[in-house]
Amino acid sequence: MDIFLQQLINGLVLGSVYALVALGYTMVYGILELINFAHGEITMMGAMVALSVIGALALAAPGQPGVLVLAAGLVVAIPVCVALGLLIERVAYRPLRHAPRLAPLITAIGVSIILQNVAMLIWGKQYIPFPAILPQGRHTLYGASITDVQIAILLLATGIMLLLILMVQKTRLGRAMRATAQSRQVASLMGVDVNRVIAATFAIGSALAAVAGVMVSAYYGLAHYYMGFLLGLKAFSAAVLGGIGNLGGAMLGGLLLGLIESFGAGYIGDLTGGFLGSNYQDVFAFFVLIAVLVFRPSGLLGARVVERA
Amino acid sequence: MSSALSLNKTRSRWLTFGLLALGLALLPFLVDAGLGRSWVRLLDLALLYVMLALGLNIVVGYAGLLDLGYVAFYALGAYVYAWLSSPHFGLHLPFWAVLPLGAALAALFGVLLGAPTLRLRGDYLAIVTLGFGEIIRIFLNNLNAPVNITNGPQGINLIDPVRLGSFDLSQSHALFGYIFTGIHLTYYLFLLFTLMVIFISMRLEDSRIGRAWVAIREDEIAAAATGINTRNLKLLAFAMGATFGGLAGGLFASFQGFISPESFNLMESIMILCMIVLGGMGHIPGVIFGAVVLTLLPEALRYTGDWQRNLFGHVYIDPADLRMLLFGVALVAVMLYRPAGLLPSTRRRREFADAQG
Repeated sequence: MDIFLQQLINGLVLGSVYALVALGYTMVYGILELINFAHGEITMMGAMVALSVIGALALAAPGQPGVLVLAAGLVVAIPVCVALGLLIERVAYRPLRHAPRLAPLITAIGVSIILQNVAMLIWGKQYIPFPAILPQGRHTLYGASITDVQIAILLLATGIMLLLILMVQKTRLGRAMRATAQSRQVASLMGVDVNRVIAATFAIGSALAAVAGVMVSAYYGLAHYYMGFLLGLKAFSAAVLGGIGNLGGAMLGGLLLGLIESFGAGYIGDLTGGFLGSNYQDVFAFFVLIAVLVFRPSGLLGARVVERA
Repeated sequence: MSSALSLNKTRSRWLTFGLLALGLALLPFLVDAGLGRSWVRLLDLALLYVMLALGLNIVVGYAGLLDLGYVAFYALGAYVYAWLSSPHFGLHLPFWAVLPLGAALAALFGVLLGAPTLRLRGDYLAIVTLGFGEIIRIFLNNLNAPVNITNGPQGINLIDPVRLGSFDLSQSHALFGYIFTGIHLTYYLFLLFTLMVIFISMRLEDSRIGRAWVAIREDEIAAAATGINTRNLKLLAFAMGATFGGLAGGLFASFQGFISPESFNLMESIMILCMIVLGGMGHIPGVIFGAVVLTLLPEALRYTGDWQRNLFGHVYIDPADLRMLLFGVALVAVMLYRPAGLLPSTRRRREFADAQG
């Protein structure tokens, strides 16, 4: 029972981070029908920038409260990621909006390779440890333990997602986004500045990615120039699981994927008689992706995906 | 008059063909004499990449399906060769039996992977293949316990070279009064396979199947409306590309004598993609050009290390790291400014021009 509860907690925490990243994929896909391959790398950049700021602050002004230092890291990382997202959209995607589908996919891959290698040149190939600035509190709950960091991730992620839903449903920009997702042409006829809406989508997605990147590095205690790749792949799987283009779907898919991974890694050893171990944790997202595509390509909450050339 | 002209044309064609054949036959010796032995090895690798790029070209260039896990098929071919022809399992089957097996297994996996995803939009295929490549690598890395299948990250060693009877292709032999070293002989073997792949690609391009692929690439709905079975043909393209990948994998294993999961990471897939994008998707000369240039690029980049040392007295950017960065920039720049590639086919150029206009 306590193992079950422990995996449940781990899964929910991990899942809420996946959900944040998945939102970025799903928003862009909903509007542009483009898989923004570079999104995972933006997450990585957010983590790296925040870690650098935190590290520098810890050196320059030691003894500050950890939460404040972390907030400073986020305050720098979010604008950097937003700027990156806008730049990528402007340079690599906008000129190709009417090109064959293959073209923006290839530039997206190119951009993610560039970001990865730039990060590697700046921060090196080694793992960067997350400075021990955060409260290390650990609570016990029916035999399972949950740390302060985990609680903070859960609360923060939930709050951000609620805000996002509110924004999309209630504000002018949100309405413009929904209109653009339904039809770019009609939206622009109705006076929506489509280019601005698309830029705003990239900005919001990148800001979420920055937060998620910091969360992941706080959760695992490290960051790495290559961390965005697998995280992006998993978040995309989560978005597909929930139904790509659907905000609620991305959140649900993220949480479910986190749970599947956590329970999968926890029980796969018992299930296969020890043949496969928890080192196969990263495989689950992929099998989920395949299974969804085979049995329910529209995802759990999505509208039917139509094949379009 | 006209027959004389065509005779003349045929003759000049044979002449070009003969010169080309002579050039290709002498190339390793010229390179060996001019640039040194390590460049002959590079030449072998370039041929290997030409095969890989032409295989991926069938999927991406002809059928317009973005496959980002192509290296997985390469890995499968290589591991099949290693399992059946090394001390790892104590099997030493001859290469002509193992190579087709590896290619067939790769094709089978191509179909298994393609069947669920090819019904959907192309972007799903990209991300699923990306995941597939990574999954294969994770399995290769971890399937050493409890039963040792892949020997994990250490990889498999002492893989048999290609042998014809008692003729070992990795050893030096004296033939017609000349000494042929292993890498020279490998060049001819690879050249043979490369020519075969080029020939198949050319025939495919002009066939019903090839034209159907182009139709699917340009407009899938219109293609389906003219009676093309789009799903089966996309599967065929996928399996075909995987077959060539598996074949090249087997050759790589025999050439290298050692394989490990690290040789088959995502960057390898990206590099092969880069070759065909840079050269010209769907255009055989372009793809060959791209593959050769990008194989030789790391060697050329090595000089940037010397420049850095001369200029600053210190190497700031490791040339090996610079390579991937350049690939990324190349992918973006080519797509933005020359979407049909550096050596494009006329048809492809028109396609992109139409779309832009």
